[in-house]
Amino acid sequence: MTLLNEAPAAVAAAGSVTGPVTGPVTGPVTGPVTDRASARAFVDACVTPYANAYDRAGRVPEDLLDQVARAGLWAPFLPSAYSGADMDMVTLGAVHEEVGRGCSSLRSLLTVHTMLAWTVRRWGDPAQRERWLPELASGATLGAFCLSEPGAGSDASGIATTAVETGGGWVLNGVKKWTTGGQRADLFLVFARTATSIGAFLVPRDAPGVRVVPIDDMLGTRASMLAEISFQDVVLGRDALLGPSGFTAGMVLTGALDLGRYSVAAGSVGIIQACLEASSAYAAERTVGGTPLARLPLIQAKLSDMVTDARAARLLLAEAGRLKDAGDANTIMATWVAKYFASVAAARHAAEAVQIHGANGCSPDYPVARYYRDAKVMEIIEGSSEIQRITIAGQAERETTI
Amino acid sequence: MFDTAQGQILEFVRGRYPQAEIDAEQDIFAFGFVNSLFAMELVMFVEKTFGITIPNEELRIDNFRSANTMAALVGRLQNEPVVA
Repeated sequence: MTLLNEAPAAVAAAGSVTGPVTGPVTGPVTGPVTDRASARAFVDACVTPYANAYDRAGRVPEDLLDQVARAGLWAPFLPSAYSGADMDMVTLGAVHEEVGRGCSSLRSLLTVHTMLAWTVRRWGDPAQRERWLPELASGATLGAFCLSEPGAGSDASGIATTAVETGGGWVLNGVKKWTTGGQRADLFLVFARTATSIGAFLVPRDAPGVRVVPIDDMLGTRASMLAEISFQDVVLGRDALLGPSGFTAGMVLTGALDLGRYSVAAGSVGIIQACLEASSAYAAERTVGGTPLARLPLIQAKLSDMVTDARAARLLLAEAGRLKDAGDANTIMATWVAKYFASVAAARHAAEAVQIHGANGCSPDYPVARYYRDAKVMEIIEGSSEIQRITIAGQAERETTI
Repeated sequence: MFDTAQGQILEFVRGRYPQAEIDAEQDIFAFGFVNSLFAMELVMFVEKTFGITIPNEELRIDNFRSANTMAALVGRLQNEPVVA
């Protein structure tokens, strides 16, 4: 279907909450996104006014993907040698936060593209990097991440997709589910069981035997264009395999998920910030018995906790980013902690944002119902809260047990 | 603080697993605690601490079996000519 880049009347009428409708997505953009401020300007002009419409349509339009490309947003962390912008990870986190503040579905598309592009950058050999990174930097090729299967979600070791080595390459068979961006992506990073371990394979969408079936009508991030992707006797060259084999093969998955969690943590901070901005604006205007909601102590308690958790989550995210920029191994656990804290806080504050808005919060005329549905997804993807608690507790145990 | 590569690697492993009584010769895989998370942390630590990038073909279990074998890998990579 085609989605026009026009804000529907309901969204435009709610301009005081969602921000002014500044024009169609195809309008001029001021320049590349290089930091938080330029990301915020881009999102406020090109994303936020239309995010409710994307949510209802169940997809984002091609024009928006083109705008993201022109803003240099797809993979700005890649080296300039590969047409990237050498963006540091702290700044990338701030940029993904701003995108998540406007539209979690678009942030989800950035997340999976980031995971694939980072993995090619980190583990690809020179030929693989030359082949894919410039297109991934420009957005000419969009990536998606294929790990979950109908029978294996958090239990990644239970995946049943297989890659069998042949004389000249690999043959892939299996089914992947809940693939964010799968309806639109050009290149899939597929994790499959090999004879010795779990390998990571680059699979073009147009390879014979690849079938994409859209998954629609999800609870949240409804415009992230999920798909179920099946691979039937897909023949791949030797160069489809990314990274080392043997005991370190799991590191490819660990690293990709680490970047995914970092981006989801950033998006969760963005949701908290969006809840705060929507709720504080609503509480200032809405009155009860002549008194603005903002003067009521019970509402003030909710707003104060949003402010506090937004700042705390942002600091945890920035610390994880700083450790990534330093190449410090502690970044992996710092990212777990940031994602766990930020996603739980986002779900809590999105519920409170709906509560502050009352019946309006349950309607499509305000964005908070979307935040509520999107926030719930954050507690599940890239490691559920339960898996995160197990991992974080494991860290505590190994550091304190004598 | 340790000055040698062996010492620094041992300090890192002991910091992650204080309960493991380990020396430079011992096989860390024999302890059973090496998972993909620790493997990633270990590789990041070695690369950052010694200013090297470990190529895929060197990410073999024999190179990471003990502090001594990791130190030998570090020495080998540090002595390789830098390719621009």
